[in-house]
Amino acid sequence: MNPAPTWNLITDVQQMLAYSFMVNAIRAGALVAVVAGVVGWMMVLRRESFAGHTLALVGFPGAAAAAWLGVATGYGYFVGCVAAAAAIAMLSPPAPGGGGGFVEESALIGTVQAVALATGLLFVSLYHGFLSGLTNLLFGTIAGVSSSQVKVLLIAALLCLAALAVIGRRLFWASIDPDTAAAQGIPIRLTAAVFLLILGMAAAGASQVTGSLLVFVLLVCPPAAAQQLTARPGLGIALSVVIAVAVTWVGMGCAFFSPYPIGFWVSSLAFAMYLLASAYRRSIDRGWRRPIRPHVADRPVAP
Amino acid sequence: MTGLADMFHHPFIIHALLAGSAVATLCGLVGYFLVLRGQVFAGDALGHVSYTGAMGALAAGLDPRAGLFGVTVVAGVALGAGSTRRTDDVAIGSFFAWILGLGVLFLTFYTTHGSGRNGTANVNVLFGSIFGINDSAAATAVVIAALVGAAVIVMARPLLFATVDPAVAEAAGVPIRFLGAAFLAAVGATVAEATQIVGALLVLGLLAAPAAAAARLTTQPWHGFWLSAVLATAAIWVGVTLAYVIPAAPASFTIMSTAAAIYLVAGIVTRKDRGDARPAAQSTNR
Repeated sequence: MNPAPTWNLITDVQQMLAYSFMVNAIRAGALVAVVAGVVGWMMVLRRESFAGHTLALVGFPGAAAAAWLGVATGYGYFVGCVAAAAAIAMLSPPAPGGGGGFVEESALIGTVQAVALATGLLFVSLYHGFLSGLTNLLFGTIAGVSSSQVKVLLIAALLCLAALAVIGRRLFWASIDPDTAAAQGIPIRLTAAVFLLILGMAAAGASQVTGSLLVFVLLVCPPAAAQQLTARPGLGIALSVVIAVAVTWVGMGCAFFSPYPIGFWVSSLAFAMYLLASAYRRSIDRGWRRPIRPHVADRPVAP
Repeated sequence: MTGLADMFHHPFIIHALLAGSAVATLCGLVGYFLVLRGQVFAGDALGHVSYTGAMGALAAGLDPRAGLFGVTVVAGVALGAGSTRRTDDVAIGSFFAWILGLGVLFLTFYTTHGSGRNGTANVNVLFGSIFGINDSAAATAVVIAALVGAAVIVMARPLLFATVDPAVAEAAGVPIRFLGAAFLAAVGATVAEATQIVGALLVLGLLAAPAAAAARLTTQPWHGFWLSAVLATAAIWVGVTLAYVIPAAPASFTIMSTAAAIYLVAGIVTRKDRGDARPAAQSTNR
């Protein structure tokens, strides 16, 4: 499956779209990238990259268990990620004074991650696994998305965005100024737990396209780049979504025309965007200092 | 139960226990500081870097261990030197996500540019092969663990000072930045060594779980330091025994489960007196 590119963009795209699996992959990629762009922006703002990374990885045991039981792996990803999000939210000790009680929490997250991966290995070995199947679970494949999976992804994406729209304002406040938010009666712990669940859903969706190990790229790089470029929340989220979708589509195109896997292309492109954005930021900062974290005042997020 | 007595007649079990204990002790010692300094994420990142290093070396036709140690130690020094006190987790995350993408590329090179290779090497790097260790590899593991362990013990005192109160330590003339970089280099070497035992993806469990359990059980830093090593070694021994008794369970799985169980038990045991008896214990909240 290595068609040669003609370097004529229109015919190249037509050639790609002639395959129904590519159409599915492009639809799924867009859905996943939109959700990852929005949720990831919040994640980067809240400095919860490590949790996001772990949630992305725990899709792997879920999918492996599903393969072992003979269920569609798509459901496995969702069950695994949501269960792990619930585990982290419940087990994490109440952080003194809002903020992040990060010393213990990160150790907890690390333990959850290692156990989840080890469990995944157990399921794969129980399945007497196809090793190529394992590689696909971990690193993703563009040929693997079916049209029913796209439907599942669409529902999951709508759920995620709706939930985020409901808690969005409160979450934003609780992320930026936990003490004031708590004083105003916002349930910080509950909000954080709900956000972890949303993050889990988003990670599970993305896992199916880029594989468990590389979801994190989509969750962290585009939002990080967007936060380097603008301090405004609304604009930042929009930029983050645009970057995520662009990176996914271009990555898919490259993977289609080259023998190298999609994970490599998407992660390289996303990281390049982040580097460009930070270089731009630095060139601006040299003359004139502006706050890197978004302002609360000028535009609260209203999704 | 006669099966258990037979366990020690197999040379591969002896090698696994020997190398495993050495690596686990090291992981426990290093992990305690990793947890105390809130750098578990950096440990995770180094685990992924070690995967790419090993796959890169395999793709280039070198000994994977050369890639492992070279890349992880360099990455550790870079992480330590490039950051001040609190490493920016977004920068770490973006960078190592890309590193992992490179690892996938090397994996593709490795599996496509060679006939008759399958994914076994890949799985071994990711999840480890404790029962695949031969005589010389076990000896190497012990020597390296002893060297890195000695280095960590030597820098432990100033490192603790720099961790608990960096400002005062700096005023007292402790070279904070150098210590941070040296410590992360030691973490890199630990991760590289442990990758061969439990795999690049699972190192984190051996670094985080016993150390977090030790931090729960005692507030005395030195007790915790040694307790963490003891707990990690116990996890290896129990895990290897379980894997021997239950053939269906991979050793990496039983070791990780044991480590997590130890953490869970420690958490439950100390849950009661968290509130009153130990006010400042876990609130090293930086």
